[in-house]
Amino acid sequence: MEHKMRKVLAEFSYALKPIEKGYNRRSLYINLGDRVIKEKPVTDLMIDKFVGGKGFDLYLMWHGVKDDTKWDSPENELCIAFGPLCGNTSYPGSGKSIVTTISPLTGIPVDCNVGGHFGPYTKFSGFDALELQGKSDEEVIVYIDGDKGVVKILSADDQEINSHIFAERLIEEFAEGPDKFQFVSVVSSGEAANSALITCLNFSFWDKRRKVARLKQAGRGGTGRVFRDKKIKALVVKYSGLKVDTNNSVDLETLQKTGLKLHKEIEAGDATQCHMREIGTAHLMEIMNDYDLLPIRNFKYGQKPEAITLASWEFKKLFTQGMADGCWYGCSLSCCKAVDGFLPRSGPYKGQPVCVDGPEYETAAGCGSNLCIWDPKDVVELNFYCDTYGIDTISFGTSVAFCMECYEYGILDKEKTGGLDLTWGNAEATFEIIHQMARGEGFGKIVGLGVRRMKAIFADQYGADPKLLQDIGMEAKGLEYSQYMSKESLAQQGGYTLALKGPQHDEAWLIFMDMVNNRIPTFEDKAEALHYFPMFRTWFGLQGLCKLPWNDIEPANNAETDEPAKVPEHVQNYVDIYKAITGKPLDKHELIRQSERVYNFQKVFCMRMGGGRRIDDMPPYRAVGPVTEEEYLSRQERYDKQLTEKIGIDPTGKSTSEKMAIMREHREDQYRQLVDSVYRRKGWTPDGFPTVEHLKSIGMDLPEVLEVIQRYTK
Amino acid sequence: MKKVLKTYPDKCIACHVCESACANLYFRIDDPERSCIRITETAKLPEMNVCNQCETCVAACPTLALTITPQGVVMVTKKLCIGCYMCVAICPTGSMQTYHGGMHPFKCIACGVCTKSCPVEAIRIVQE
Ligand code: SF4
Ligand code: SF4
Ligand code: SF4
Repeated sequence: MEHKMRKVLAEFSYALKPIEKGYNRRSLYINLGDRVIKEKPVTDLMIDKFVGGKGFDLYLMWHGVKDDTKWDSPENELCIAFGPLCGNTSYPGSGKSIVTTISPLTGIPVDCNVGGHFGPYTKFSGFDALELQGKSDEEVIVYIDGDKGVVKILSADDQEINSHIFAERLIEEFAEGPDKFQFVSVVSSGEAANSALITCLNFSFWDKRRKVARLKQAGRGGTGRVFRDKKIKALVVKYSGLKVDTNNSVDLETLQKTGLKLHKEIEAGDATQCHMREIGTAHLMEIMNDYDLLPIRNFKYGQKPEAITLASWEFKKLFTQGMADGCWYGCSLSCCKAVDGFLPRSGPYKGQPVCVDGPEYETAAGCGSNLCIWDPKDVVELNFYCDTYGIDTISFGTSVAFCMECYEYGILDKEKTGGLDLTWGNAEATFEIIHQMARGEGFGKIVGLGVRRMKAIFADQYGADPKLLQDIGMEAKGLEYSQYMSKESLAQQGGYTLALKGPQHDEAWLIFMDMVNNRIPTFEDKAEALHYFPMFRTWFGLQGLCKLPWNDIEPANNAETDEPAKVPEHVQNYVDIYKAITGKPLDKHELIRQSERVYNFQKVFCMRMGGGRRIDDMPPYRAVGPVTEEEYLSRQERYDKQLTEKIGIDPTGKSTSEKMAIMREHREDQYRQLVDSVYRRKGWTPDGFPTVEHLKSIGMDLPEVLEVIQRYTK
Repeated sequence: MKKVLKTYPDKCIACHVCESACANLYFRIDDPERSCIRITETAKLPEMNVCNQCETCVAACPTLALTITPQGVVMVTKKLCIGCYMCVAICPTGSMQTYHGGMHPFKCIACGVCTKSCPVEAIRIVQE
């Protein structure tokens, strides 16, 4: 029944070839506008300097866009790449795709690391990267048939595009029968991506046990909006030949041996360490609450007794247990929990049983505690609708939290929200926002623009104080904060705001190292950590790997090693499997240099697009310290002590507002000093630009890169 | 009722004939590394390792390559197996086997060829 109702608008045949040592050495280019489909060679320079995955994405995008390209310019690209290690079935966490595009929220490149089967299948179909450019004049589906070696652009007049239904329909349409469903994977967004900017892409994988299409999200920065702006309804890939040696590693035995060692470690340690196999990342809920780090009321507080109702054991009651829950084959960490047969109580799918993937920690915190929504089922409902409509749960949670705080201050009222009562914890109103966002109407449409644009609207149209909005609007560079309360950890503040794409914890998550364990006390220590960890974590994006099997499980003797935070044994595993797959030399230092090249390239790319300046690395004050009196008073003892011990000022007799002003000056100064130290360590100027010497030393002094640097440093 | 291979270490004389029989049947090669049954000589009684068909591995397999026959025997379907070795790691008795250069795990399917070769009846097929 393959695409019989669809018109073939363009078609391209290519030669099927086995992969060599993790690479195909070609990429797939598709222009939706003039419907050109072609393959491009992956050059030695690309492999040597950009490695793969995010590196290839950025390289291709750089050459595809212009200096003044906006997210909705036809030449903006949406790239998806996979990396040489991606798709191996031996080492846990090896199935990630990396999506990049010029973000509608930030105007600079955004990158997302996403699971599901689309990436590995597209790689095994013959391509190291997929580059989508141009805008179609009609709705289309792009179909890659990796069994036959054919790529097609197909017409798509499908009415239902919400992912939980659409992905499944396309799997049924493109698979050669129900026993072959697992060979098809779909990328789609949802109705919200027709107008909202805080939208994502869903990458599917067929769950053979549950017999449903599960969805993983390329969540951050508005990838879904770019996808729909190009009038793509879906990407579909079919690949049926997956075997243990499809990635053609040079040394399969070492790869399997290293993978087996980690499987055994997970088997022995997960139940006492992070419980990923039981509850996925939601295990963090109670931990973050215990340490006063869980975002509550728009990141105002970090702890509340009510939060116990969102503890992981409450979600566990809703999860279906005992299944292989990996988002790619061979991931024994298996964090992808699901709620089966969930019955939404609102919206178009009210009362229809659905399978909800998650919630993960970010969703539980963003759509739960940060909004004071304390019923796990309400969180699951928001999770379901965010996913199926194609909305980023993180940006959604942070945007709604911002609105609720504005409502509390009277900046918003029922008149402005179209009747929505946005008091803290109002789940019904939050449901209504999400449905409006999907329909592209009402107040929901405004929320869908994200915090930065809302700040401008509330100031311009409702006369709100821009300074207050700046302090409480949890965005930087235009991207909404992910869900950690960073006020009490300077290193985490830097981890967030210095992240190239905007405040997301995937570059550096240093809260525990810094605040709880006090292992990086000086600016130099923090700068070192803010250099090493972003570089190390960038490497996952170059290879097509998931970060969780790196440190969400640790070898039993890890605490006795010289650098436990780096998990040295696992770093060595990565060195070993890289060599086993590609046959190329690597050690833990060259691993960091591989990342450094791409990281600095991305930084210069941001500069080229008008970002990447020091001013772009400045956080809202809510991420740094107490904005309001009640916030100060909630931690008065701690803050008063800091005034005495850290600043040398006696708080007695001072009013709260006086104390807050002193505190603010101190904390903002600390942050500035941190930035200075980190820039120095990264080889950047005080303005945040890589120096020519540094680019030379890492081998990233390409002419096009130096040209941009010269523009900025003239 | 489950068909299993039952071991009697007190009878075992560690002659390794069962390993040869198994490897020969499975892989047409006389190599103890390719045997589903493993005999390890120790200072006390020999250790006899063989799958007890407990089914733990079945839930771990992401491709449903592990299935259970009506007799309760766990089988590996090589066509579906992607060699991830998750089943190897999870097996509580270490009876899901791998070999040097192999791509898929293998295991005892209670066929009983070893029992016929054992000179002292240290292994037997039983219905549990
Ligand atoms: S740890 Fe979780 S997210 Fe990472 S690859 Fe495994 S199942 Fe996927
Ligand atoms: S191989 Fe191991 S886990 Fe599987 S049935 Fe046999 S003893 Fe149980
Ligand atoms: S190695 Fe094969 S049989 Fe074992 S869990 Fe993986 S896919 Fe299943």
